[in-house]
Amino acid sequence: MSKQYKGIGEDLWKSRPEKVNAELFALTYGALVVQLIQDYEDYTEVNKQLDKMGYNIGTRLIEDFLAKSGIGRCADFREVGEVVAKVGFKSFLNITPTVNHAVPPPPPSPGQRPASTGPMQASAGSSFSLIFDENPLAEFVELPEEALEGGLWFSNVLCGVIRGALEMVQMQVTAEFVSDVLRGDETTEIRVKMIKYLDEEVPPADD
Amino acid sequence: MSYTQPHSRVSVLSNSSTTSSAEGGHFSPAASTTRFSIPSTPGLPTRASGGVRPNIYDRNLTKTRIPEVSGAAFTFLFSEIVQYTQKRVSGINDLERRLNTLGYRIGTRVLELMVWRAENQSKAPKREIRFLPALMSIHTQVWRAVFGKPADAIEKSVENADEYMIIDNDPLIERYISVPKDMSQLSCSSFTAGIVEAVLDGLGFPARVTAHNTPTAQLPSRTTILIKLEKSVLEREEVLK
Repeated sequence: MSKQYKGIGEDLWKSRPEKVNAELFALTYGALVVQLIQDYEDYTEVNKQLDKMGYNIGTRLIEDFLAKSGIGRCADFREVGEVVAKVGFKSFLNITPTVNHAVPPPPPSPGQRPASTGPMQASAGSSFSLIFDENPLAEFVELPEEALEGGLWFSNVLCGVIRGALEMVQMQVTAEFVSDVLRGDETTEIRVKMIKYLDEEVPPADD
Repeated sequence: MSYTQPHSRVSVLSNSSTTSSAEGGHFSPAASTTRFSIPSTPGLPTRASGGVRPNIYDRNLTKTRIPEVSGAAFTFLFSEIVQYTQKRVSGINDLERRLNTLGYRIGTRVLELMVWRAENQSKAPKREIRFLPALMSIHTQVWRAVFGKPADAIEKSVENADEYMIIDNDPLIERYISVPKDMSQLSCSSFTAGIVEAVLDGLGFPARVTAHNTPTAQLPSRTTILIKLEKSVLEREEVLK
């Protein structure tokens, strides 16, 4: 099954009529992050704003995704992970993060973002991790100490995109960075957790 | 803005008011009017959460691992940038100025990359000291590096000796933007104008650069990047003649 998605993702990427220099993309994103830091003067707020912008993108991007990929409803959340990584990320950013369906160890190591310890205990099949070997957003990035200490998740826009896109197909999820090589971590990882399937309704405005 | 801030184009990540006094004294706003990006703290880019962070000087100079992303991804991002910016400004001029500032940050880096790459590839890399060759290289090399193709034309103003224009018949960044009627003055290519302004500044040709919609019947999104050179540049050109 996952093999098949890999092929779909690659074909979709190849069939894209318009491609853009990834350096322009990276520098543009960087210019935005700098602007947000100047505007908000608080890294937590910057993370939130990036997530919000990503959410807005996700709610629109899903349409492009569905129209071009022709992929139907996924059978389970595990399949969602495969599709997000192999078709979604591939066709938009030309990268394929590794999907990890294993349940993470519960206590987060110190120094990392504390995982939201809600009533939901993550069980197999209700969450997945995306591990990025490559990240086009971070192409020329080196974070200064202050941004690190302030807790900036430089590529946080990606979390919002995942959240927004899945919400448009009736899945409420949380998506958070748990590690980033820009911060000196060994991997760059986004954890996506299922909260619930939504009923068909008009989505609430984000603003 | 009530707080003192370095030049808005400076990509300093450390100008927040929450910075410690030591940090604040480190770069007085006056000292950081330079438009280069300055690391907020000296010292080596290691530590943080223990591990070794990537060093951008270790990356391959000429090759980017992922050379391209989808046009859709860029378009979505740029759309959010314009919307975000629009919420924080009062009027079209302000919006264009802020888009210019964002582009400026890109231009400084594009120029730096281009210079290093030229240095790396050519046996006798050459620095343009005359304006026209510099303008040509923006039209061709910068456009190619950023947008994948050269711009469509260069023009010189008939009326004003200090004005030059770069024409793009179909700007990449505006391809999916339709400007509302009541904002017809707006050109989102102000972003591109910022890139050009940064490159000119970096090459030593300070100028004010703006973007204008100049559609024709065949080319509805034709855009003119207008360069108004500082007097000092024209004077120097005179001397070099």
